Formats: sequence, C-alpha cells, structure tokens
Amino acid sequence: MRSALAFLMALLVAVPCAAQGRDPVLVPDVSEHRIVLRQGFTGADLLLFGALLDPAGGRARGDYDIVVVLKGPAQPIRLREKERWFGIWINADSTAYRSVPSFYALASSRPVADIVDERTAAIYELGLPWLQLSPTGSIEPEEQARFSAGLVDLRERQGLYAQYEGGVEVSEGVLYRARLPIPSNVIPGRYVAETFAIIDGRVVTSATSEVEVVKEGVSGRIATEAEDASFFYGLFAIGLSLFMGWAASRLFTLV
Amino acid sequence: MDVYLPIANLAVNGLVIVLLGLVTGILSGIFGVGGGFLTTPLLIFYGIPPTVAAASAATQVTGASVSGVMAHGRNKGVDYQIGLVIVAGGMLGALLGAGLFTLLRSVGQIDTVINILYVILLGTIGSLMLREALQSLGLVPKASGRALRRHHPWIAALPYRWRFYASGLYISPIAPLILGIVVGTLTMLMGVGGGFIMVPAMLYILGMSAKVVVGTSLFNILFITMLVTMVHALTTRAVDIVLAGLLLIGSVTGAQLGTRVAQFAKPEHLRLSLALVVLSIALVMVYGLAVQPSEVYSVVPL
Repeated sequence: MRSALAFLMALLVAVPCAAQGRDPVLVPDVSEHRIVLRQGFTGADLLLFGALLDPAGGRARGDYDIVVVLKGPAQPIRLREKERWFGIWINADSTAYRSVPSFYALASSRPVADIVDERTAAIYELGLPWLQLSPTGSIEPEEQARFSAGLVDLRERQGLYAQYEGGVEVSEGVLYRARLPIPSNVIPGRYVAETFAIIDGRVVTSATSEVEVVKEGVSGRIATEAEDASFFYGLFAIGLSLFMGWAASRLFTLV
Repeated sequence: MDVYLPIANLAVNGLVIVLLGLVTGILSGIFGVGGGFLTTPLLIFYGIPPTVAAASAATQVTGASVSGVMAHGRNKGVDYQIGLVIVAGGMLGALLGAGLFTLLRSVGQIDTVINILYVILLGTIGSLMLREALQSLGLVPKASGRALRRHHPWIAALPYRWRFYASGLYISPIAPLILGIVVGTLTMLMGVGGGFIMVPAMLYILGMSAKVVVGTSLFNILFITMLVTMVHALTTRAVDIVLAGLLLIGSVTGAQLGTRVAQFAKPEHLRLSLALVVLSIALVMVYGLAVQPSEVYSVVPL
C-alpha cells in the first residue's frame, strides 16, 4: 500500500517535469527497497512495476516493450575449470574476472531476440549471453567464451542468474509489472533494478531504482561478529560446542 | 523447518542438518572417529560452500567428541597420559597443515589433494582393518609363519621409553608425538577429526590396549578440532555457528547413543563394520574422482 502511494506521488511529480522532452517517460518502482536476510529467510519475490507515459501525460504509444534487469553487487572472482587428467578430474585452467555481477535477473515482455538486435542487446547487457564479464589478462576469445558460458551455466543452476522472457506483463499499454524471485543465497549489498522501454528495437528511455539487501537481526549480528571479532567468535563457537557436548553427556547420565 | 545460515549465505532445511549430525554422532560414539569425514562431503553435496562446510564440521566434531570423551572417561576408557603427548604433536601438525592448506588453495588443487588423500588413506586403512577383523572372527585363516607382536619394530627401536599404564605400553613418547603431528596435519588439510587414521594407528602401530583406543582418540580429536575451529575463525572466517549448532544438536545426542552401542557390541564386530564404512567411503571417493563432476567450473572469490 505504501509503495503504491509512493508510486502515485512519483507519477505526479515526474510527469510535469519531463513534459518538455519528446521521448516517453518511464516511472519505475519496486515492491521493496530493502530485503532483509534474517533467520527464516528462504528467498523473496521482488515486484518491479511502473508506468510508461508520453510527455503530455497521456498514454504512450502502445507498441513498446519493457525489459527489466536486476543486478547484484559485482565481485572479482577466479573461475576454475576441471579437466580429465590420467583418469581423474582435477582443476586445470583458470581465468580471473575483475567484476562479475553476483546476481542477474532479467524479465522482458517478449523474447529479447525479438525486441532488439544483437548490438543493442550487447550495449545494454540485455540477456545472459551479453553479460559483460571483464576477464583480466590476455586470453583467447574462444577460451574466454567457453569460460563465460561455464560461469553463466553454473550460476543459472545456483539460481543466481535467471532470464524470464515474457515475464513482464503490460496492461492497458501503460502499466507494466514483473516478478523476479530472489533466492536465499544472494549476497548482501546494493542491487540495481534497471527498466528499459524499447520501441522498434531502440531503447527510448530507461530508469533505475535501487534495492538494498542487508543482513539483520541474529544473522546480521553473527556475520559482523565473525568478521570484526573473529577471535571471540572462535572462542564462542568452541565454547558452544563444548557446552552442548557436556550438556548432552550430563543429560544422558540422568536418563 | 527453514533456517538461514548467516555465514554460508543460504537457507537450508534444519531437520536435514540435525539428522546428518545424528548419524555422524552415532558413528563417533561407536568407533571413536570424529565423523567429519562423513559430514564435510555431505554438507558440500547439500550445497554449502566447501570452506564453510569444513570449518563448521570441525566445530561440530568438538561437541561430539566432548560427550564421547566424558562417556568413555567414566568407563576408564581414556589414557590421558599418551593422549596429551599425541595432542602436543597434533597442535604442531595442525599449524603445519594450515600452511599447506593455504599453499594448495592458492594453486587451486586443494580439493583434488583432499580427495586423493581420502582414497589412499581410507583405502589402505580400510583393507588392513577388514583383513584383521575377518581374521579375528575366524572367517579368514591367520597369516602363518609370523610371530604376533605388540607394536611395530620401528616403535620398539625408538629411545627414551615411558610407561603408559592405561594403554599397557612401555614405549618411547616420540612415537605418539609423530602420530599426533601426522594426524594434526591431515586434520587441517582434510577438515576432519582424523579418528579414522588415529584409531587403527593406535591399535596396529602403537599396539595400545583396545579398551582405551576409542576414548583416547576422541580425547585427541577434541583438542585438535578446537584448534582447527580457532584457526578457521581467524583465517577463513568460515565458521557458521548456526550450521554448527544444528549439527551439534544431532551429533551430541548421537554420540551418547553410539557409546551405549559400543559397550554392548563385540569389538571384532565393531572393527569389521568400521572397516566396511571406511572402505565404502573410499570407493565413493574413487568414483567421484573418475566420473565427470556435475560442476566442471567452480568460482573462488579474489
């Protein structure tokens, strides 16, 4: 309810401001600006919604497509590849990436290939094949393609990369909405939701909104203590296990 | 029952973890092995990051061995004297292992080394134990022409002999010290308590009295895993206390149940079953190395 109100407010403010331009105006919002990783968190559904209006404040041309992309904080990683070596599988080649999104989910009103050409898709990173993974060091293009495909496949199966073509519903040619599932294994940080309005294969307008993923409560406390007070955290872990072992031993002598 | 693990960064079914703890706890109570060699691979299979699995399993093994040591201590099943000598060696070994771990991880071969170590150690120990257990059950004729001896000739050759009354031994402390160093190194490398190496080594190399082997092995595991937990907390920061707590609930209960089983079962039967458990895990590991893994690619943060 609150986010719906906020959305209406945003609509009232945004429409007159952009009335001078010729391109349509995109007014996006997300259902939650804060996702809290706390005890019992098993994942969440994030609703990305909004409206596309023409500068005069009326309904925009009806034949546009909407693509929404939610990206998690980027991380530097090393990707290792296993190979068969004398009958056993061991890590052989590896490659490093300077910044790889920890999470990537895309939803579009039609298959991406039908909405834009490859060049546009590559420029705006619309879709998993066009993800810019910035490998470091010199590496052959074929090899790099193989590694990148392996990474995308791995993360797709972990639920961290996903693509829902047809996942955006457009109603009345004005309002759009998409539901993106957030799995429980996301890392905390700043997530950016970017919405693109596309007409005739051209991105006419785009807008971003942010989602903060944070650890709070007991889980947050544990995560910070493990980092900041690692010695006492270790002592606490040892103490807990000693106590539980002792308690069970006492308990069973009574039985 | 869904539980969010704050360090592993994912939600798991709490009951599955508690059950897993229970199974390893029972094993630890019966055989004096920590059960880490079972917990760590199963946690990884369940989707928990390998470092978090190894670190938290170490914490769990501490709890399981505490209740095991107490149970065996009441039955006079712990030789504290030889235990302390092994612990001293184990601490040296754990630090040595920590260095090796970092080195192997930086070249990306830690998993392969761990798996190959598992196969070699579990395979040889398992088959030796199986043969011995079958012999003592009279199912296989004993090797003839060789006199029965208490411990390995090398052990007898070492200088400075001490008397270890509870174990019924008169040997040099250097032997248990070296055993401690070897076990400590392997503990840190493989993320396990090392009981499955220690128990056979105590029986067949040192020649300790079978009555105190399980308790003394648990006593040593207790100290080594405490140190390993601390090293992980300080270096990898991968100890997930929620995960360890869930495992503990299961394993401390299981350890108590296991000790009761151990008191009623025949030692030959116990050794035969441990040999079979150890051999089957070695076979699973061989299979795991030989077939194409489900994940050819793996990500490590830089």
